Amino acid sequence: MTDTIAEHAAQDLEAGSPLVQMENVGKAYGAIRALEGINLTVNAGEVTCVLGDNGAGKSTLIKIISGLHPHTEGTVKVDGAAVHFSSPRESLDHGIATVYQDLAVVGLMEVWRNFFLGSEIRKGNYPLAPMDIKGMREIADAELKKMGITVKDINQPIGTLSGGQRQCVAIARAVYFGARVLILDEPTAALGVKQSGVVLKYTAAARDAGLGVVFITHNPHHAYMVGDHFIILKLGRCVLDKKRAEVSLDELTAEMAGGQELAELSHELER
Amino acid sequence: MSSTVTTSPPPQSPSAPEPAQVRRSMLSRVLARPEIGALAAAIAIFIFFFAVAPPFRTLPAFSTVLYASSTIGIVAVGVALLMIGGEFDLSAGVAVATAALASAMISYQFSLNAWVGVFISLVIALAIGFVNGYLVVRTGIPSFLITLSTFFVLQGVNLGVTKLVTGTVATTNIDRLDGFDSARAVFAGNIDLGVITIEITVVWWILFVAVATWVLLRTRTGNWIFASGGNAASARAVGVPVPKVKIGLFMGVAFLAWFLGQHLLFNFSSVQAGLGVGNEFIYIIAAVVGGALLTGGYGSAVGSALGAFIFGMVTQGIVFAGWDPNWFKAFLGAMLLLAVLVNLYVKNYASQRR
Repeated sequence: MTDTIAEHAAQDLEAGSPLVQMENVGKAYGAIRALEGINLTVNAGEVTCVLGDNGAGKSTLIKIISGLHPHTEGTVKVDGAAVHFSSPRESLDHGIATVYQDLAVVGLMEVWRNFFLGSEIRKGNYPLAPMDIKGMREIADAELKKMGITVKDINQPIGTLSGGQRQCVAIARAVYFGARVLILDEPTAALGVKQSGVVLKYTAAARDAGLGVVFITHNPHHAYMVGDHFIILKLGRCVLDKKRAEVSLDELTAEMAGGQELAELSHELER
Repeated sequence: MSSTVTTSPPPQSPSAPEPAQVRRSMLSRVLARPEIGALAAAIAIFIFFFAVAPPFRTLPAFSTVLYASSTIGIVAVGVALLMIGGEFDLSAGVAVATAALASAMISYQFSLNAWVGVFISLVIALAIGFVNGYLVVRTGIPSFLITLSTFFVLQGVNLGVTKLVTGTVATTNIDRLDGFDSARAVFAGNIDLGVITIEITVVWWILFVAVATWVLLRTRTGNWIFASGGNAASARAVGVPVPKVKIGLFMGVAFLAWFLGQHLLFNFSSVQAGLGVGNEFIYIIAAVVGGALLTGGYGSAVGSALGAFIFGMVTQGIVFAGWDPNWFKAFLGAMLLLAVLVNLYVKNYASQRR
């Protein structure tokens, strides 16, 4: 599987080189500041974990990188050049692919149609040109098989797959289409233990292939298994920004659970 | 330049014994098609009227059924595509009248060639479709409300402008105009096939359904239509231009409404201003009976044709059987309810984990 990812991953990636840099980035929705003063670097071949409770600004952060909502403060650089995305298409064109927890796929469409959605192979470049359906079926089938995702039938609606499989198809799709930066939005949130394991393995494989991965989660255990760099958000601000060597799982868990506040609370409730 | 990153050995695949890939059986795949319920219903209703109504068995009767079906089916195919794309159009019925009235009044009042009115009314119809689509994607207000507004506006404009221009509620007869005969041949001609004479609308209807089926199943645009209706946010996130797709679908409905409007105009030489009110629901019902989901993302063009054919058979079949045609609406309601139930079952079947 790793070989497949390496084979398709963009070839100009060098481990450790910065792909996306955010400097002092903020976002305001009208009078509400959802995010402010965020500094984040996504390096090739590394997993940057963004942790935070509900409403901490995780979603806003990925929406900025993936082009769904433009940022209002600071600068976002891709490969050193400042960008201001106004649509997901622009972000995709820069090699940034996002796999959303809840909206990764279109449930009633076939697996192969989902795999190629938005990047269909056509037999000509004129309006209403036919798609190369046979070719797309074969590629989707082969790619998924190589990654160890077995679907009974590539023509079945993707809604018939399990949640973990759907996430994996979405990740496989992003990698196949040459993503250099992979943003995973709570990929394990709705999954069972075993399925989470599958998704974490693909995350690690994508990292090993040299992609820059942004892993959004509220589960420090999952984050610590794959992460190289950890950022914890709270109420739109960054409260922790450490490399793997500088932080322990306990520290991460404590900080996520509320840190100082939790200690005070437990003191208060002590019996 | 090759990747400088070393790769680790591949992780184990999730489940140790891989289940063998199987193709779903032919039967199971056919049953999962959206139009299968409508096909079964169409066959049953055909057999029913064939048995109870002797005049229904003749070829001219079949031609009449096809003609009645085509006048519904031409717009219904566009409505079906729009519904697959996740939107509604309640203004499709009156837009037919608007296009016909505009065409008739423009060519007659300015004493122009009939074709000039035909083309100007096309522009007007497409503009109505564009406005519907633009308002829906721009405001995010449900298309039900937007097109309900358009429905009332057009209904009023149809009556008001017609009264203002002609002094009555119908347009003046335009059959003396230049170009009338050639336009009539295109929009309202007959084709003699020897054993059976069919209206040209039937041919156009089949052509539109064929094109729509091609677009839906074989082109990128079709993929985008399914995705826009099935999960617009997801489609947008992978780069599908959802607003363009939806505006295009509204304009497609408007185009087909224009086409039917021209047929009615050149078939009868004049148009009533109140034409088409209520037909929007017939188009929607034909699409739903044909397997289109109200929630979008699922349906078929052939299904809408089958839905329209069922209505053609029933409207004519009731007459051929000598029954009171007032019962037609009761049948309409029962049919819709049945179709919705079948669709619910089909959707659950299609999205079940197997």
